[in-house]
Amino acid sequence: MLKNWVISMANQKDFPVIFELSKEGRTGYSLPEQDVPEVNLSNEFEDEYVREVEPDFPEVSELQLIRHYTALSKRNYGVDSGFYPLGSCTMKYNPKINEDVARFEGFSTVHPLQETETVQGSLELMYDLQTSLEEITGMHTVTLQPAAGAHGEWTGLMMIRALHEQNGDMNRTKVIVPDSAHGTNPASATVAGFDAVTVKSDERGLVDLEDLKRVVGDDTAALMLTNPNTLGLFEEHILEMAEIVHGAGGKLYYDGANLNAILGYARPGDMGFDVVHLNLHKTFTGPHGGGGPGSGPVGVSEELYPFLPKPVLVKGEDGYFFDGDRPQSIGRVKPYYGNFGINVRAYTYIRTMGPDGLKQVSEYAVLNANYLMRRLQEKFILPFDQHCKHEFVLSGKKQKKLGVRTLDMAKRLLDFGFHPPTIYFPLNVEEGMMVEPTETESKETLDEFIEAMHQIAEEAENEPEKVQEAPHTTVISRLDETLAARKPVLRYYKED
Amino acid sequence: MKFRYLPMTEKDKNDMLSTIGIQSTEELFQDIPDEVRFKDRLSIKEAASEPELKKELKALADQNVNLTTHTSFLGAGVYDHYIPSVVDHVISRSEFYTAYTPYQPEISQGELQAIFEFQTMICELTGMEVANSSMYDGGTALAEAVTLSAGQTKKKKVLVSKTIHPESLEVIKTYAKGPGLEIVEIEDKNGVTDVEAIKAALDDDVAGVVVQYQNFYGQIEPLKEIQLLLENLKKTMFIVATNPLALGYLTPPGEFGADIVTGDAQVFGIPAQFGGPHCGFFATTKKLMRKVPGRLVGQTVDEEGQRGYVLTLQAREQHIRRDKATSNICSNQALNALASSVAMSALGKQGLKEMAKMNMQKARYAKLKFEQAGFKIAFNGPFFNEFVIECKKNVSELNHELVEKGFIGGFNLEKITPELENHMLIAVTELRTKAEIDQFVKELGDING
Repeated sequence: MLKNWVISMANQKDFPVIFELSKEGRTGYSLPEQDVPEVNLSNEFEDEYVREVEPDFPEVSELQLIRHYTALSKRNYGVDSGFYPLGSCTMKYNPKINEDVARFEGFSTVHPLQETETVQGSLELMYDLQTSLEEITGMHTVTLQPAAGAHGEWTGLMMIRALHEQNGDMNRTKVIVPDSAHGTNPASATVAGFDAVTVKSDERGLVDLEDLKRVVGDDTAALMLTNPNTLGLFEEHILEMAEIVHGAGGKLYYDGANLNAILGYARPGDMGFDVVHLNLHKTFTGPHGGGGPGSGPVGVSEELYPFLPKPVLVKGEDGYFFDGDRPQSIGRVKPYYGNFGINVRAYTYIRTMGPDGLKQVSEYAVLNANYLMRRLQEKFILPFDQHCKHEFVLSGKKQKKLGVRTLDMAKRLLDFGFHPPTIYFPLNVEEGMMVEPTETESKETLDEFIEAMHQIAEEAENEPEKVQEAPHTTVISRLDETLAARKPVLRYYKED
Repeated sequence: MKFRYLPMTEKDKNDMLSTIGIQSTEELFQDIPDEVRFKDRLSIKEAASEPELKKELKALADQNVNLTTHTSFLGAGVYDHYIPSVVDHVISRSEFYTAYTPYQPEISQGELQAIFEFQTMICELTGMEVANSSMYDGGTALAEAVTLSAGQTKKKKVLVSKTIHPESLEVIKTYAKGPGLEIVEIEDKNGVTDVEAIKAALDDDVAGVVVQYQNFYGQIEPLKEIQLLLENLKKTMFIVATNPLALGYLTPPGEFGADIVTGDAQVFGIPAQFGGPHCGFFATTKKLMRKVPGRLVGQTVDEEGQRGYVLTLQAREQHIRRDKATSNICSNQALNALASSVAMSALGKQGLKEMAKMNMQKARYAKLKFEQAGFKIAFNGPFFNEFVIECKKNVSELNHELVEKGFIGGFNLEKITPELENHMLIAVTELRTKAEIDQFVKELGDING
């Protein structure tokens, strides 16, 4: 009975915002005693610096607060809720030991500006993580400073920029990005002060070498590449590409978003990459948190080592310390030393899996993806018909002809209790559906998903409106995104 | 060896291989050229069992001095505050922490609404009209404010007070290199920004003026005077980095005409965790709404007219606009924004005010005790919960001895400004008791001699 009530509250359609639960005089806090003699603060401040209008924070009891957020959590869907094959996002299981370790007080309550000798435990963990990531990627040195993947991209590009400038190569203004790349790649290039130039994919879904030769030149700063690419295909001409770019004096940047496909099988450093960023919240199980926090370490070749962001963690005779005396450094990219809490989780994961476990991760991520791809190919168009790596892209072209769009099929999947794949990406596939199952899903789950997808394909043929009008079972139906953008309401206002 | 996160059985594997029509998984990796195949075994530590690993990492954690083993008077941008127990319980709900960015609104209303509530609270605190869903941290949020001001005004010079957090200043300088901005550092006088120096540096090329409120030395910057300076310069933006807790007592920057207000919500419900992840925020006027970096959640209606929430104004963002995006930010600090929302909701209107005042009272008591113990106070303007004392010895050496006495001492200001040799920045939060303050002043006095 009680359980039903909680569910009905979570399912309530027009769900109150916390401000609407507020009632003057209720409290949900417990501050320590004010045990010092009070002084009159207004003597110290001119009137105009003393706040007049109080921030309108909600006034709720602790139980009201907990019920509110518990209900909100029930209106949300995570990996722990069910299958989440969101391509390029690597929605694998987030191990619980990671959460426990990150909450050890010796990690979670350390202040970043404590004297170095009092934080050796944290520094040792960071150093070991750096070293492990260097081995996994085949890079010379890794910095843990960047807060997320895009932040890592920008950090890496800034280092490439500094290297070219040091060489007096001031005209390298262009960063080449494949048409299938993540949106962050061209955006990071712009933020780092470069112009982004697109290189086309060929009919096999790989970078078109002829087009690469055409766009590369003495103004090329770098080529940014995801390998395997966002179609889930390994860029098998990587060595030729490296030769073309390096031959023109450019650098090779590796977007590590898809590293989950090649752990222990291949390393960006061995492919000729000069800079690598990793998304610890993808491959290395940092939870996505509903949009973050992430962690985006960057690995560099020896040539780029002098340009690493300050400070650089080193191991000295008397323990670990931060070296801030780095005259060629691009500078600091973030206060303190990165998202340590996420780095603890990634380290715990790497230690849980070890060398053999990590290789099995990629083996099974790729096996799961290929199995799923072959079974889904029975009903959907597979534009690039070859073995994939950890993900693959289907096209909804066949269903579109029946009046059912990829968006509709994604919404219909919600009724089956699945999170849909990434849709309409990469941009070079019409009605694309990018599917990444990850290694932590069982065959049974994959089979259930296959069954749902097959049923949706049949519905598209026989009862298309069922798909077009989906979802039918969620707490809310499709939302008016045009209205949201046309008349933005970005905060709550109390109704008078 | 079997791994608990990998459900694949031999039978599954064989069934799948046969469906694919291959003999072994090796065939799936044949497209990796032989020259780049990694043929060794990764040289990293061997796998450890759950109990072993927990024990090992607990031992590593225990090597650190931390805020539970020692009593801390260290702040300088990261603070030891009350974290209501409810916070960790809420963010530990895995529907929140194992979710991705809410791209599918129908099954993400919980996260979207939580962000919408966070945006509302940040607007309320800062006195601004628009706030985004979060940034990496206060430092990078401020750096993005600097680049936004330059992009919006088409000007290349930004005046930045030297009293902002020194690491934020460094981050700004790094961010400025991309768009080629000139960062002009404004000197301070008696621990606050020299307004005359801003006046002298202001010209037609200035995109923005940046100050921090409370500043790095704990002092309150004269926002009113700076507002008056900027009043006649229509384009130049007023950018204020804040400690949001201080805004429980202080007039918010929005009321002083700020165009962009940034800060870090670490003070609300987020542990220090060696510097990250914390939770940057970014608030602006309505005019800048379409230039804001990062995610924004907006309210809308569904097909039946019911209220709901979506990610909105996405034409600003990298996944739509690619190289024309207003920022490259993708992942932000959503879970920490949730933590801060929970902490702010727990505090409520009353708790926020009470906590802010308690910080001020306890800091003033500590300051008085230091004065009585013969320490010189470096700056004597209005302040929030931090102040600077002058010691007779090197602060790092003093801190070393303080650790032995069970204390984490204040920040050694000599590390950033040689002129502040032997100066310690002391933070006193609501968690410090009178007894702890008395003991700290006594111990530091004894060691200092």
